[in-house]
Order: sequence, then structure tokens, then C-alpha cells
Amino acid sequence: MKIVVCIKQVPDTTEVKINPVTGTIIREGIPSIMNPDDKGGLELALRLKDEFDAHVTVITMGPPQADAILREAYAMGVDRAILLTDRAFAGADTLATSHALAAAIKNLDYDLVITGRQAIDGDTAQVGPQIAEHLDLPQVSYVADAKYDGKETIRVKKETEDGYQILEATTPCVFTVLASAIKPRYMSVRGIVEAFDKEVETWTVQNITIEPEKLGGKGSPTRVKKSFAKELKQPGAVYEVTPEESVDLIIAKLKEKFII
Amino acid sequence: MDKSAYKNVYVFIEQRGGVIQPVALELLGKASELAATLGEKVVALFPGNNIASQAQTLIEYGADQVVVMDCPELNDYLTEQYAQAMYQAIMKFQPSIVLFGATTIGRDLAPRLSARLETGLTADCTKLEISEDGQLMMTRPAFGGNLMATIMCTEHRPQMSTVRPGVMRRLSADKSRKGEVITFQPEFNTAKFRVKLVETVKNDKGKIDITEAKILVSGGRGVGNKEGFDKLQALADVFGDKAVVSSSRAMVDAGIMEADRQVGQTGKTVRPDLYLACGISGAIQHLAGMEESDLIIAINKDKFAPIFNVADLGIVGDVHKIIPMLTERLKK
Amino acid sequence: MNFNLTKKQELFRQMIREFAEKEVKPLAVEIDEQERFPMETIEKMAKIGLMGIPVPTQYGGAGGDHIMYTIAVEELSRCCATTGVALSAHTSLGMGPILENGTEEQKMKYLPKMASGEWIGAFGLTEPNAGTDAAMQQTTAVLEGDHYVLNGSKIFITNAGYAHVYVVFAMTDKSKGNKGISAFIVEQGMPGFSIGKKEKKLGIRGSATCELIFENCIVPKENLLGAEGKGFAIAMKTLDGGRIGIASQALGIAQGAMDETVKYTKERKQFGRSIAQFQNTQFQMADLETRIQAARLLVRSAAFKKDNGIPYSADAAMCKLFAAETAMEMTTKAVQFHGGYGYTREYPVERMMRDAKITEIYEGTSEVQRMVIAAKLFK
Repeated sequence: MKIVVCIKQVPDTTEVKINPVTGTIIREGIPSIMNPDDKGGLELALRLKDEFDAHVTVITMGPPQADAILREAYAMGVDRAILLTDRAFAGADTLATSHALAAAIKNLDYDLVITGRQAIDGDTAQVGPQIAEHLDLPQVSYVADAKYDGKETIRVKKETEDGYQILEATTPCVFTVLASAIKPRYMSVRGIVEAFDKEVETWTVQNITIEPEKLGGKGSPTRVKKSFAKELKQPGAVYEVTPEESVDLIIAKLKEKFII
Repeated sequence: MDKSAYKNVYVFIEQRGGVIQPVALELLGKASELAATLGEKVVALFPGNNIASQAQTLIEYGADQVVVMDCPELNDYLTEQYAQAMYQAIMKFQPSIVLFGATTIGRDLAPRLSARLETGLTADCTKLEISEDGQLMMTRPAFGGNLMATIMCTEHRPQMSTVRPGVMRRLSADKSRKGEVITFQPEFNTAKFRVKLVETVKNDKGKIDITEAKILVSGGRGVGNKEGFDKLQALADVFGDKAVVSSSRAMVDAGIMEADRQVGQTGKTVRPDLYLACGISGAIQHLAGMEESDLIIAINKDKFAPIFNVADLGIVGDVHKIIPMLTERLKK
Repeated sequence: MNFNLTKKQELFRQMIREFAEKEVKPLAVEIDEQERFPMETIEKMAKIGLMGIPVPTQYGGAGGDHIMYTIAVEELSRCCATTGVALSAHTSLGMGPILENGTEEQKMKYLPKMASGEWIGAFGLTEPNAGTDAAMQQTTAVLEGDHYVLNGSKIFITNAGYAHVYVVFAMTDKSKGNKGISAFIVEQGMPGFSIGKKEKKLGIRGSATCELIFENCIVPKENLLGAEGKGFAIAMKTLDGGRIGIASQALGIAQGAMDETVKYTKERKQFGRSIAQFQNTQFQMADLETRIQAARLLVRSAAFKKDNGIPYSADAAMCKLFAAETAMEMTTKAVQFHGGYGYTREYPVERMMRDAKITEIYEGTSEVQRMVIAAKLFK
């Protein structure tokens, strides 16, 4: 079994701060991490490797610094790592990103393509299904678990708002994985020691076959018109009074707003 | 691309087991507003099995036309089946705008379709407006709710977006409203149906849907433990069915509350009539999920807690004292 | 001259920080309160190779360096000093002397199982009457045919009871003083070897600290580590390595207390502003931060020398002395900055203060470190 896992380097959004004047992100000092859902997807692939000796390739599209998450992937146990990097990809929205990644994946052997459900910087959850469409493969999103029969059928658990579904997909197919359900392994110490001696293949637009107008800003139907720090509404009064008086204030407010 | 050929505001009507989902009605409400600005119509795209009889409901909630795709292949939601039906309908009717609920179904289907249609898609929108030149402006949170971005899709059609449940307002049902029902029969390529549904399992506790509650009594770290939440539940009980207890992420992570009760960026977005925040400090990720509530009352020991920045009424005090007292007063 | 961690060391730091935050920190209070050895954490550490960081891959280790090892002990101790010392004693005191002095047979027999974490290591030097004056060993070892017979006892032994392999020192020839001391690899279960009473301690309460008892204990002749009479040299060399580990532990405790104090002083408001806004807080914290960073540089410089085969005995003493005293100062002030809350078990700084104290005592007291440093100075 051959698995391709798409991963992305993202700023750790729990640490992100916004410049309230310009409405832009203060990137200084924000650690870059492997996107959590992608890490969950990588773990799912590595479990299939443990059980079925699957061959796992990771691919990321990003700037050269994204090398860091590929080393991390090596330290977790993957077999091959590819960095897809080119100025031609800059400014891509999800559609253009998915075209580039799908074109790269077409040059690889795969029975299963795994992506994270969504990235914490964009939260779109779009690239996985879009890759599936470009590759003309069936997809299951929100995957929390997968059982492979060793041949061509994978039984997957898909999380839904009010429970879950069990679905059966035939390979080749695409899964988008939820981190919350699959706890990723830690990098091993030996894996870390050896990760930097392994080869990260750098692919540019020369390594893939695709119409240039589908890539980057040019290939992106959507445009960010503006970004701004979220405005908080004007706060109401805050009282520091006895519990009894507090209850009076709350009841008065509920009456005023016709809640009671 | 000749954009003028694309007209009207379309809504994907999500149903599960034949039950129209609340988000679909919310989107009809928003679509009515957008269509009025554009001087266009609201069209409901309604795929499913044995669902035709419900078309009138969609008209009552704002649809001018309903495109019914009623066939057995669409009995359960499966990506490829629905993508084929929706793709064919979109190619035939040429919408200017298509809206989806940002649910596990909408967020599975919409990106698949956007790739098939080679058009743009904006995820998880919280605000939709029409620009001066008649384009859709889609605003959404990004970077974990730290930033808002307004996104447009000016050169491709349709303009597509998924919209967070609970953010838009549905209209009141107008029983006398009239509209047109169109039947559309998709032609399926069954060779591409390669995912089978084995079973659907519902969590019993999933019955509690915090996005549907009119009143949320919500607890955070300051509530402390299960016993603390029992006090909140006692208060919610006074309000009857319309009130539900919800939680901040901290208490879900601590295993004290179930994940489906979580309000916030990684939980659910709510906009109840009353949001009573008890012992919740108000991290930005939490505020992102509840600040649209009509009335926010916050009780917290720390007078510098950020929750007070969004509260209509703030009380600096101990929830363990105030909540039982409030419960008793309301019982009277 | 380069003060940056390599990419490899930096990636390792990222991993161990996450591991410590997620797997170690949640248990810290419990194992302290219950005085319980965190075996489940050791098993998790073993699984990812943390029990064999600086051991070459041919002996089943991870093939890492001592800088990585110091980072591991620091980051673990930042969350839980008990877990940090378990790794330090296992690595520096248990595996260290075997790696540096063992025969190929001994290395192949013990190191793979120790590096994989299947066997935990420990070190038995201290006796009731041989503490700082380690040459006053009373435990004896007598060669009888194909085995040695050990008699005596050791006290304050870290990891005792949970360890499988103990490097133990005993007199093979009392007439020669410290030249008559020899080192032995003693395994759990060898006849005549038992674990005595467990100490109740001020800090690192989850750490297993017990007495080792040898009553006509039979140790095979091939378990002699190094030559007869080389024991004292082996012990001193081992302690040099161990001091880097304990310095890392002290550094981690100090950093943990620093992080807690920064967080608390930013949140805690008195007189209408956070206490971090007071200049008194800022100046004291600036001094402490400077000391912590200085301690870290001393630790890494000693580890660098060890990795590169440069003599590091005085460096180890200096980093251990300075880091331990920094940990004590930092944690004491951390409690002070936390005020009344700091004195309660609701906040971790009181535990850190209790844990810090031992770093000024074991692996050589601060006074011993000063002796080592002065000896080099005035030789």
C-alpha cells in the first residue's frame, strides 16, 4: 500500500496576535507548526504503515522554511518527503493550491491520499475535497478512524455533528482527517537524529504537469479584499456589588429585554 | 466568462433523513436579503428522496423557486451522488450565488463542487453583503478568529460560500407565500459511486443542540467541576425547554462537559436570546462563538476578565453564590 | 563559536517540550502528593527513545548527543523534577559508566536493554559514612573463584527498586584507600541483593530513593566494571557526567518557576495593575532571567565539551553549582511573587521550591563543586 499525506506548515494560531491598527498578523515570534489535522492524518498513515508496511510519502506546498515540518515527518517515521515550492504558487487560494498539489500527487504512486480536514490558519476544509476532485477519486471527510482490509476496501468512521457514520471506500481514495480523534505519535529521538541526513526532494513547477494559469494568484478565483481585526462591541456596565444586588441587576436586565 | 448569464441567489437545502436542517432556512433568510438588494430571486436547490412535498415549506421561508431533485440515489448524503446532482443543476440554472451551510455535509460537498465548477468558494462565512457593483462580499474569521477577512470572487461564477449555522436569521414562515416548484431529474454516472454508507449512528446526547437554544447558561473554569455545572443546570431548568447548559473549551478539555456543548472557535457558534456566561474569562476563541448573542450577561470573579468587554451586563462576583440565588428568585 | 542549537537539537527541543507539557506536567502534582514513581511516564519515554539519548545506535541507543540529553532533562524538569532526575540517574549514572568503562560484552549485554528502557539504571556510591568523602567506602567485595561476594549497604539511591541494573562501588582492597575501590554491575535479583527502606523526602517526592543492601551478594566476576582498584576514578568520572544532568534538572526547575511567575505576575492585579508592571518585579525578574540564561550556557558548554572529548570536570562542577543555586533562588522568589497563593499547593511553585533544594545537595553538594573548581584553579 502506498500513501501520500499532504501537510502544511502553519503559524500556531493560539499564539497569534493582531496589530489592531493595520489589521494584519504580527508574525514575529509566532512559532510555525505542522497543522494539527495534518498531523492526525500523518498518524493515520503511519498506523497503516505499522500494520500493513505501507509506504508513506509526505508532501507540502510552501516556502523553503516548510522543510522543518518535513523533517518532523521523517522523525515520526515517513519514508519520503517532498517540498513543492515555487514562486509560481504564491498567492494561491484553495482551488489553485489544490491544483498544484493534485498535479504533484499525479506524479506519485498512491492507493490512499490523506489530508488534514482543515488548516488552523485558514480553517477552510476545502483543499482535501478539491484535490480529490482533480484526481477524480472518491473522498471521505471528517475521518476519525480507518480500518483497512489489506486489499482494496477501507472502512472509515466519519464524525458528524450528532454522531458518526461508517462508510466503506475502495482504493484509491482521499480522506480528510480530524486531529481530535487521532492522537499523533511523538517524533522518536532516533528519528530526529537521522531526519536531517535524509533527503527532502524539492519540486518546482518544472516537476509537475499543469496549465500555468491554474496556479498561484492567477489561478485563484477568490481574492481577499480586506482583512481587519475583529471589532468587539461596546461593553455594558460592570458592577461589583453584593450577590443579592447582583441578582437584582440580572433580573432587571432580563425584564428589560423581555426574557422574563 | 459572461457573468450576466448567471442570475439569482441559490441555496443548497440540506436535509438529513428528510428533515430540513435549520441552517437551510437561515440561508433562505439571508438569500432573501441579498436577492432583494440585487433585484433577483431566491432559489432553493433541494436534493433528497421523497422530499418533494416539503417544497412549500421552503417557499414559506423565502424561496421564490424550488428546484426539487427527488430520487432514490439521494436518499443518504454521499459526496459523489450529491455532487453530480448539484453540478448538473448549477450547470443548467446558472446561479450567480450558491450558499451552503457550513456543516459536515456542506463543507464536504461545496469544495468538491467548486473544484468541478472551477470556481471560488469561501468557507465558514459569518457575514454576506452585496458590494456597490453587485458582487458578493463574504466575510469570515481566519487565524483562529483573530482576524476577519472579506473575500470576493469577481471573475468566476457562481460565487459560492459556506455559512456558519446559527449566524444568519431565518424569516418567520409566511404560509400565504407563493412560489414555483421545478422538478429536476439528474442523470447519474453510477460508476463513480465508490463510497458506500454502512451505518449512521447518532449519539443520544446529541439531542441537545446548543445552537438551537434560546437561552444558554454557559460555564467556564470558574464553575470548577460537575457540581458547579449542576447549579447551572438547575437555573436552566427554571426556563424550561428553551434553556440549555453550554460550556467553554476549558471545561470540555477537562472532561467535565461533553464536546457538543462547547461554544467557541473550535466548538459551536451560538446566538441565543440570552447568553449567561458564568465563570468564563472570555478568551478570543470563546468570544468568536458567542458575541453575536442578543443579550450577554457575564458573572466572573476577575473584574478584568475579557468577557466583560462583550457583556451587556457584567457582574463581578462568585457564580457559586449568585447562580443558586438567581435560581431561587426566578422560581418565585 | 556558535551558540545556536543545531536544527536537530532544536527539533528535539520542540518534541520534548510538547511531550513534557502533555505527558509529564499533568502527573506532577499527583506523584508528588502520593510519593509515587511515575512508571507510566518512563514507559512512554522509552517508547520514543528517550531512555537512550546519548547511546550510540550500535548499542541500541538513539545516537544523539549530550546537548540533547541536557535539553531532555531540562524540559522534563521544567514540568516535573522527579521525572527529570529519573532520566538523569538512568542515563548519566546507570548507562554512563558502562558506556565509558564497559567491555564490549558488558556493553552488548546491558546497553541495548537500558537504552530501550526495558531496564532502568541506577548508581550506588553513597553510604551512611561515605557521603561527600566518598573514599570512605565500607562495602566490601571479595573475589571467590568465578564471582565476587559483596557485603554492605548504600543509601539515597535514586531509581532504586525500579532499576534493573545498578553500578555499585565496593572495596576490593581496603589497604589501598580509594585505590582499593572497584565498580560492579549488579542486577536486580542477584542472590543476596535487596532493596531497603524508602526515604521520605522534602522534594522530588515521586523519585524512588532507597537503601541497597548486600548480604553475601554473589556478583559474577565478569560483572567487574573496569579493572580492580579503578572504581574511585570511574565514580568521579561518572559524577562529572551526572553533574551535567543535575545541572539540567536545576535549570529546568528554575525555568519552570520563571514561566509560572511570568504568567502569574501578568495576571495578578494589586493596586489596580498587574504586579508585572511594578519595577520591583521587573528588576528582580530580569536578574533571575539573566542567571537562568547564564546557567543554560554553562550547562551546554559542559555538554559540548563532553561530546567533543574535551576535559569538562570543572565545567560540570560550575554548571551544577550555578544552576542549583539559581534554581533555589528562582523558586524561592517565585513563591514570594505568588504571595500567599505561592505557599499553597494550588500553585506549583511551592513544589518547585522543595524540588530545587536537592540540586544543591546530590551529585556532590555545592561545597564539593567549589572544591572541584578550586582544585583546578590552584593546582
